[in-house]
Amino acid sequence: MSEAKEVIKEKSMLIQKEMLAKLFRELSTAKESGKKVVYTFVPGNLTELILSFDMLPVYPEINALQSGMRKKSAAYIRDAEKIGFSEDVCTYVKCDIGMMLNGNSGPTGEKLPAPDLLLLSYTGCYTFMKWFENLERLYPGVPVAMLHTPYQEDGKITADQIAYMVKQMKEDVIPKMEKVSGKKFDLPRLSKMMENSAKSEDLLVKILESAKNKPSPIDAYFAGVYYIGPLFTAFRGTQEAVDYYNELYKEVQERIRLGLGPVTPEGELKEERFRLVVEGPPNWTNFREFWKIFYDMGAVIVASSYTKVGGVYDLGFRHNPKEPLESLARYCMGCYTNMNLPQRVQLLEKYVREYKADGFLINSIKSCNSFSAGQLMIMRELEQRCGVPVGFIESDLVDPRYFSYANIKNRLESYFQMLEQRKIILERESQPAQ
Amino acid sequence: MNSLEKLIEECSKQAFDLNFTHAKKWKSGDKTRALVGYLPIYFPREIAHAMNALSVGIMGAGDRKQIIRGDAYYQSYICHLPRGVIEMALDGSLDEFDGFVFPAICDCVRNLSGMYKLAGKGKFQRYFDYPQNFDAAIGGVFYRQELEKIIDDISAVNGMKLSIENLNHSIKLFNKNRELIEKIYDIRQEYPWRLSALETYYIVRAGMVITVEEHNKILEDVISCLSADRGEPMDNIRVVISGSFCEQPPAGLIKSIEMAGCYIVDDDFLLGSRWIQGSVAGNSNNPLGELVSAYLNKSTFSSAVYDVGNPKGKRLVELAKKRKADGVIFSAASFCDPALLDRPEMQKECDAAGIPHINFQYHENTGQFKVIKEQAGTFSDSIKLWA
Repeated sequence: MSEAKEVIKEKSMLIQKEMLAKLFRELSTAKESGKKVVYTFVPGNLTELILSFDMLPVYPEINALQSGMRKKSAAYIRDAEKIGFSEDVCTYVKCDIGMMLNGNSGPTGEKLPAPDLLLLSYTGCYTFMKWFENLERLYPGVPVAMLHTPYQEDGKITADQIAYMVKQMKEDVIPKMEKVSGKKFDLPRLSKMMENSAKSEDLLVKILESAKNKPSPIDAYFAGVYYIGPLFTAFRGTQEAVDYYNELYKEVQERIRLGLGPVTPEGELKEERFRLVVEGPPNWTNFREFWKIFYDMGAVIVASSYTKVGGVYDLGFRHNPKEPLESLARYCMGCYTNMNLPQRVQLLEKYVREYKADGFLINSIKSCNSFSAGQLMIMRELEQRCGVPVGFIESDLVDPRYFSYANIKNRLESYFQMLEQRKIILERESQPAQ
Repeated sequence: MNSLEKLIEECSKQAFDLNFTHAKKWKSGDKTRALVGYLPIYFPREIAHAMNALSVGIMGAGDRKQIIRGDAYYQSYICHLPRGVIEMALDGSLDEFDGFVFPAICDCVRNLSGMYKLAGKGKFQRYFDYPQNFDAAIGGVFYRQELEKIIDDISAVNGMKLSIENLNHSIKLFNKNRELIEKIYDIRQEYPWRLSALETYYIVRAGMVITVEEHNKILEDVISCLSADRGEPMDNIRVVISGSFCEQPPAGLIKSIEMAGCYIVDDDFLLGSRWIQGSVAGNSNNPLGELVSAYLNKSTFSSAVYDVGNPKGKRLVELAKKRKADGVIFSAASFCDPALLDRPEMQKECDAAGIPHINFQYHENTGQFKVIKEQAGTFSDSIKLWA
């Protein structure tokens, strides 16, 4: 077997690594240091609110994906299935429960503390509710704060929906946070954090939109989830996050100035052959192999929906220091998976057009109905509206049993051949007649 | 009065008429009438009734329709129900429907509402969000707003306005409907051989596609017939079925369980018809508020309702005890996240209460029941022999 090549890393990636390591160190010593820990979810997260109480957030789906990347998820899932979870259900849930059954060691190997509060910000994914009902029984006595986020079924956020969410925050979520943390709610502090959030959000949008350049200096899917997006969730609202995104933005600008493509684990992409918009989460168990199929073919993802589950900032939303709770409500309701299907199609169509994509690809995830149900209709709509070739592959989040490398590679190679042929035809058609 | 056999035959015909002939005929009788299709689990049909609309349960195509185009819209790992619902939209079975309501039960049904929007099916396609906060001043306000959206939708279709008098009248009719259904379940509690679970299923399901007035009459007739003995008591165990609240099991599966030696003394097959436990106040100046209050305070336990503080496992155990059940059968549709994710904790509660249980999965168009029959038969034997 050949030795795995050393992964090439940019400065921002190293900063991120250090920031995350520090967070996990803090988490591992939370009980000793007296810091309270809140388990919650990425979509519709209330990071600023949690941090304003000096509590630490833990995101079970991030732990699950990290377990997937570190090849631990298969055993965790198996253990969850042993206690009665069906093969059919969400593998994030099973991975998380399996991790807990195995001593709750986090991604860095350090033990994660048990939660002091379960914050069920139930946004865009029905399974979240089931997940936390299970956790509530596995951590008896731990208070649960439920924040029900209404779905954007009409394709808009209404004043009534905002009022519903703010009431839930004021009368349930915040009082529980006060009780658990032993601190009074500090509105000015929250507002101040939101100033930082908005700064980070401005920078994040500029970074993501840099993919409109040709060549794109970033991969907005693989790099999007690898080093552009993750910090956003746990650190949004902090000065550290603003500094990180400033650094990353500088790197991206420099790449644009030099006409460089994205950084891959094997270095710079030399030639951008295909620009794609991707819908759906990535596979985590074989993340690098999966990415490699793309960069080996010169395919760059210029926009993706998965990087918008934590917020669709490129549609203009920013956390607003003047209306902190209202803007948290708007934020939750605006997350990608909380948008209705016509809105999703519209967003993806915008991406295909604005990012001048050559194709639209769906990675359909076996255990994520929030994304997967309806994707085949989304694909038809995109094909009709944009006239670009569409592709469809299937895998799973963290269950390696559902990642078939040969099958995916085969399908992608055929898809790339189709894109290549189309390019040739389009170029021929654009030549002036002889 | 019709004989019980005749009533059952008529109900079985109505229950599985996927062209919804009866409902369409009803609509054609008056221009202000409207048809509102709704998916599982619960929709407060009172509001539609009070606005001269008939709410029609769309419970999937089951094993009664070949899915030709619907499969092209779904991956193999999505449950079967939405395929049939899309098929019916594409083959014209739902063309006379004015609107559709998609209650918040899971991400598949939620996204199906968007697919209906994209396909422009009906004059409205409403995702009906249940509140997960049960404080009247918070979740209650939200739920009322959700109901008002549907009221506006229906009003835009047929021009009817909701009146206090009409809604009170409708509430009383549906109170009666639930009361009669419960009466049948209670009779079956004592004499399960008089009406099989499948016959009960036909009778309850027929009520989702005909008017409540017609259904109440049928239920009254059925109850009257059940006062006489019918059938022979069998040496069966008594079971509660849990997990079949959305995608419906095929009739053959229900029959197979009974034939294997299990009286199904309670179930969640058509849970929406039995959702509110007890009556809703029917002489109120604020009948819409009464429906809201009933949802917040009188809902049955369900995978669609956030249950911290009142866990559904404990409520299942209470139900099994109330029905003097010997065991619980967890029967869920494949790929049904809500049912399957609830199952382990509910099984734990059964274990703690000493209630034996088995589980299996099905599709609405499952055609082979041999394995399930053997499993249910073994379960029945093991309880009869050793419990």
